[in-house]
Amino acid sequence: MTKFAVKDHEMVPEHVLLTPEESAEVLKGFNIVAPQLPKIHVNDPAAKEIDAKVGDVIKVIRKSATAKHSIFYRLVID
Amino acid sequence: MTVPKRIGKIRFGLISPQEFRKMSVVKIITADTYDDDGFPIEMGLMDPRLGVIDPGLRCRSCGGRPGECPGHFGHIDLIAPVIHVGFAKLIRKVLRAICRDCSRLMLKENEKNMYLGQIQELERLGQMTDDTVNKVFSEARKNKTCPYCGAPQKDIKFERPLSYIEDGHKLTASDIRDRFEMIPDDDIQVMGMNPATARPEWIILTVLPVPPVTMRPSITLESGQRSEDDLTHKLVDIIRINQRFQENREAGAPQLIIEDLWELLQYHVTTFLDNTVSGVPPARHRSGRPLKTLSQRLKGKEGRFRGSLSGKRVNFSARTVISPDPNLSIGEVGVPMEIAMELSVPMIANVRNMEIVKTFVRRGPDRHPGVNYATRPDQRRVKVTEKNCEEVAEQIDVGWKIDRQLADGDIVLFNRQPSLHRMSIMSHRVKVMPYKTFRLNPAVCPPYNADFDGDEMNMHVPQTEEARAEAEILMRVQENILSPRFGGPIIGGIHDYVTGSFLLTHGRKPIDRRGVMELLKKFDISELPEPEGVADGQPYWTGKQVFSLVLPRGLDLSFKADFCYNCDVCKGADCENDAFVVIVDGQLLKGTIDAEAIGAFKGKITDRIIKEYSPSVASDFLDRMTLLALRGIMHEGFSFGIDDEDIPQAAVDQIEETTRTAREKSRQLIAAYNAGELEPLPGRTLDETLEMRIMQTLGKARDMAGKIAGRHLGLDNSGVVMAVSGARGSMLNLTQMAACVGQQSVRGERIMRGYAGRTLPHFRPGDLGAEAHGFVESSYKGGLNPTEFFFHAIGGREGLVDTAIRTSQSGYLQRRLVNALQDLEVRYDGTVKETRGMIVQFQYGEDGVDASRRDYASTDNVKRIIKSVLKKESA
Repeated sequence: MTKFAVKDHEMVPEHVLLTPEESAEVLKGFNIVAPQLPKIHVNDPAAKEIDAKVGDVIKVIRKSATAKHSIFYRLVID
Repeated sequence: MTVPKRIGKIRFGLISPQEFRKMSVVKIITADTYDDDGFPIEMGLMDPRLGVIDPGLRCRSCGGRPGECPGHFGHIDLIAPVIHVGFAKLIRKVLRAICRDCSRLMLKENEKNMYLGQIQELERLGQMTDDTVNKVFSEARKNKTCPYCGAPQKDIKFERPLSYIEDGHKLTASDIRDRFEMIPDDDIQVMGMNPATARPEWIILTVLPVPPVTMRPSITLESGQRSEDDLTHKLVDIIRINQRFQENREAGAPQLIIEDLWELLQYHVTTFLDNTVSGVPPARHRSGRPLKTLSQRLKGKEGRFRGSLSGKRVNFSARTVISPDPNLSIGEVGVPMEIAMELSVPMIANVRNMEIVKTFVRRGPDRHPGVNYATRPDQRRVKVTEKNCEEVAEQIDVGWKIDRQLADGDIVLFNRQPSLHRMSIMSHRVKVMPYKTFRLNPAVCPPYNADFDGDEMNMHVPQTEEARAEAEILMRVQENILSPRFGGPIIGGIHDYVTGSFLLTHGRKPIDRRGVMELLKKFDISELPEPEGVADGQPYWTGKQVFSLVLPRGLDLSFKADFCYNCDVCKGADCENDAFVVIVDGQLLKGTIDAEAIGAFKGKITDRIIKEYSPSVASDFLDRMTLLALRGIMHEGFSFGIDDEDIPQAAVDQIEETTRTAREKSRQLIAAYNAGELEPLPGRTLDETLEMRIMQTLGKARDMAGKIAGRHLGLDNSGVVMAVSGARGSMLNLTQMAACVGQQSVRGERIMRGYAGRTLPHFRPGDLGAEAHGFVESSYKGGLNPTEFFFHAIGGREGLVDTAIRTSQSGYLQRRLVNALQDLEVRYDGTVKETRGMIVQFQYGEDGVDASRRDYASTDNVKRIIKSVLKKESA
């Protein structure tokens, strides 16, 4: 079986792992706590590929029909 | 912000007889309710310990007053056990799965362990265990002898609704209960039940809970007679039979009588729980009306869930038929005097409004706008009558509250179901009027999707300052002109408004001074603009000039009108059809005002005014435009009659010629097909190709016929005016009336159904010709021949069925969508969150744009901005 990277697929949006400082800033910016973020499972192929750990925040940059790019944040859970 | 606490678990189970007794405050033994003096009998169905409903009394159990005391359960000890109808099927399953001797689940130990493991795993994962449990029952049933005690098993027949017959003998409820009692706890778990919260024998009732009086209140009739609730009636029956049963049994009555009474008790308990069990005749009231018992209270549209919890009736509301009134502003609603005198707005008396309040009270309830009730500072309500109004007015002091009748200028919510979008409820200003219908300006019909063929609408009167403020700021008609659905005006001219402004502004017809005055009759315009010219010594004006009077100053706009012919090369402002609108500084210089300019859903002018001025200027414009448009249509005069569908004989002949050639051509196609000379189109079979070619030919013929008729239907034809201006109908509708109806279709194909090989007996089997498959050559005016008429009915029916299906499907889709999205909210920071504060979108719509506030980008906008900046600088 050939191995391939999920992130190279066209339909998979860009996932960026945030540092704790960055994620704290994001939470502060939205004035929320981490559990209010949308979630992503640690075993999600995209999360696995960037070595995300439970509690990390992932920034997802998606293509958007209305705004070209839209940024979402996801909390890694198990 | 913290994430709020959540309910961790809800567990469902059965109530045990012990629990019934524990929660009971009184054992009910007599079927009587009240004694001769009207006091409730102790240990009767109205025992004062069951709660209070009569005002002034206190509950004997909790000491609460009516309204505070929630009521308390009592119980009846049933002499013999009875089956709970709701569990009849479960009883059958369990009976068949357990041994008739030792009551053990008839599965081997290892099987039990396997199923138990599966069930526990499913529960851990939070999934449904139903399938596994059903498997357990069906497997256990297969054993003909008990694997534990070796007893042979007998078939148990279930007879609806409540009989279990084993070996020709009916099992009594006690037999069943005895068997269930012996089932070991471990076996119960394998059956998917938790022995701590749901033991199978609890399904067989030995104690019946008596609901508190608060859920079965008795009503005192005008005659002073008490009328009991249906539930109380049913409970009386149960107690009576229970008593008779006991007496008979103690007296040692024959078995036959005992069995009859037992069955009767079972019947009463069954109907007490559910009065619609099939096979059980419903218990009836003396009048013959079926009783409304427990499950009827919960089930269905008017049941507790759908009728009382999801939806309720409200006060301060009114409903009546709607009718049009173009003299009202779009933000007004005409309210019948009778409704205005019934509904009220609270007013609290203070030092400043004291005299006003008193004047209202002095008018009494019969002189509008008067007062219906006055509430004293101690919350006692006084009904204001013709007689006591003077007296009450004198008593009014600071802190009194009066219920003032609805009057002109009050703000109310107006709604038409189905409320599919937010514009289905808007706030209007009241205008009290005679007669019995709500009146509204026809221009606000589109957002409500209302017409006047008998539609009814609801009105609600906000009762607090907050509600009024919200209604005024967010819900006013003016604030809702732009639809968030597509960012354009949903309110605008319809039908005659469009026709009227088209007639007024098309071309440069001269209008003399009298005509102009007539047009402007309803306006506060005192000075006329410079006349366009002088003819026969009299000055004249044009409709364009008159229309300009309702446009706000400084409006610059140009666009293609709705009736633009889409010429290959657009000449823009030099359009010879007057189809290019040019407005400079609020003056309509060129072009015709039609649906594109002022119509609902299009309305370029309305749109620009809202975005460049304000919603209230736009609402003002719509008011004035509608008035002027109606004057415009009256100035010209407008009607449509049967002779408007006439076309000259020469054209009729020409159309006949076209359809004849089309028929001939399709005949040739069929001949070619039969001869095998027809070339199939790529990707199509020969049959499909023939069908397509014939459809094409006939379609072209219809278009051709339309074109010929169209040549004789000019702008002097009122049908054409309506079609071209976008007011109503299309040129297709007109050509169908005047020239040729065209091919009828079912699912986009020619009509093929009917008899074997033919559609109707009028044709030969296998005839593929035009007229045999639904081509209607006639016009509606000329009349259809019988076969054509039949085909037309087939096509028409399909349309009706389609709409019927579409509405129900889209309604259900909408319901599900709204249910899923109703709690989402766009917060001030632009995020979309649900009630717990969890983020759904970080930017609303990913771009944070409100569709109704954006100005759709085009180069035209940039030019306009540059122009406006330059203008400011030069000034």
